[in-house]
Amino acid sequence: MAEPILTVKNLSKSYGEQQVLHDINFSLQKGEVMTMLGPSGIGKSTLLRCLNGLEDFQTGELVFEGQTVKADNANWQQLRQKIGMVFQSYDLFPNMTVLQNITLAPVKVQKKSKAEAEQAARQLLKRVQLSDYANSYPRELSGGQKQRIAIARALAMHPDLMLFDEVTASLDPEMVRSVLDLIKELSEQDNMTMIIVTHEMNFARQIADQVLFLDQGTILEQTAGKDFFTNPQTQRAKDFLASMDF
Amino acid sequence: MDWQIIQQSLPQFAQGFRETLWLSLVGILGAMVVGLCCSLIQYFKVPVARQLVSVYVELFRNTPLLIQLFFLYYAFPVMGLKMSAVTCGIIGLIFLGGAYMAEGFTGGFDGVSKTQVDSGRALGMSNWQLARYIVFPQGFSLSVPSLAANIIFLIKETSIFSVIAIPELTNTALDLIGLYYRSNEYLFVLVIAYAIILIPLSLLLTWLEKRVRYGTFGD
Repeated sequence: MAEPILTVKNLSKSYGEQQVLHDINFSLQKGEVMTMLGPSGIGKSTLLRCLNGLEDFQTGELVFEGQTVKADNANWQQLRQKIGMVFQSYDLFPNMTVLQNITLAPVKVQKKSKAEAEQAARQLLKRVQLSDYANSYPRELSGGQKQRIAIARALAMHPDLMLFDEVTASLDPEMVRSVLDLIKELSEQDNMTMIIVTHEMNFARQIADQVLFLDQGTILEQTAGKDFFTNPQTQRAKDFLASMDF
Repeated sequence: MDWQIIQQSLPQFAQGFRETLWLSLVGILGAMVVGLCCSLIQYFKVPVARQLVSVYVELFRNTPLLIQLFFLYYAFPVMGLKMSAVTCGIIGLIFLGGAYMAEGFTGGFDGVSKTQVDSGRALGMSNWQLARYIVFPQGFSLSVPSLAANIIFLIKETSIFSVIAIPELTNTALDLIGLYYRSNEYLFVLVIAYAIILIPLSLLLTWLEKRVRYGTFGD
């Protein structure tokens, strides 16, 4: 087996006295899709945010593309260019057009020329089927469109790993499909490596190569995708799946 | 109410009106510069300077302009620093206003949502880039309402200049009252004169607030 793109070793995090992540270990191969499942508020998003340094952690380390990242000495700014992240609240920049949103980081961070960045951005817009909106402002878009733009904005940096933090949680049901289809397409066509926190169980079942099931900041199950849904090991996971009505 | 008296006083009031306008203008512009510098120092958490800024802001926000002017005009000469009344007035207004404007800018920068900053950070942007492209543009537009309130407040505060005999509007009115004992007429003109400055300005600033807010956030 090839060297994993990402390995997490003994990662723990606490806020003061309160420990929120306990000794997390997992690894991910290039092109693999991992979904993190579990009840709300138990640290899935926190774990995801630790993986690109938006949250710090106290012990343990990550190995990303062969580079060891410890809690206290990471060049996150460098690493984040290779790790894209999309948030629940889209967070497009409201004072910029769609095109400016997508080209900002490639131009300012990666020092690409404006023309080159714009050409790439237009390709991405075509890809997310929003070519007509290049000069629109985020306020003119629906939630589903905003989220697809947010994904395009992350892709513009050519990341090797994408993190999705409940990206459909604040969308209308009819918008959810378009976003999930796009993520699925990224996996199937681009072989993109992804970690997805979601409550969309059907989607998770279809897309996941690996499932992490977490509760109380601990990994309770770590299985290949299909197994988790058909044959959960712990009672907690059985209860969780039973409650999820899908 | 004697309209003739009012009419005769108009040239003097016109003089005071101009004086109030230019003192306000200089004071407000200076206050904005001081305020912006202070809030940048706080935003970037510049060591030492940051503590000095907090002391300054608290000191000037929590003492009356009247007392600050007395200090500049009467106490400083004792310590060997003598300045004209107008200089004292402008310095007082700039530093009083600077403290309020600093809070206004800081409030705006703080108002930019953490998730906006996170999403910039996740794109690999440096702290400076986050400030330049995300926090400042959005923060400025969030701070406009409070800056606008400060502008109105500072113009009104220029009336305090009358105590150190700067011939602005209030001082002009008080002088005329002292000379001719016609308080009704002169106070009436005084109120009208301030209203002529402040009401249109206030409407303009409200319009500006809406424009800037829409331009940035679309609501």
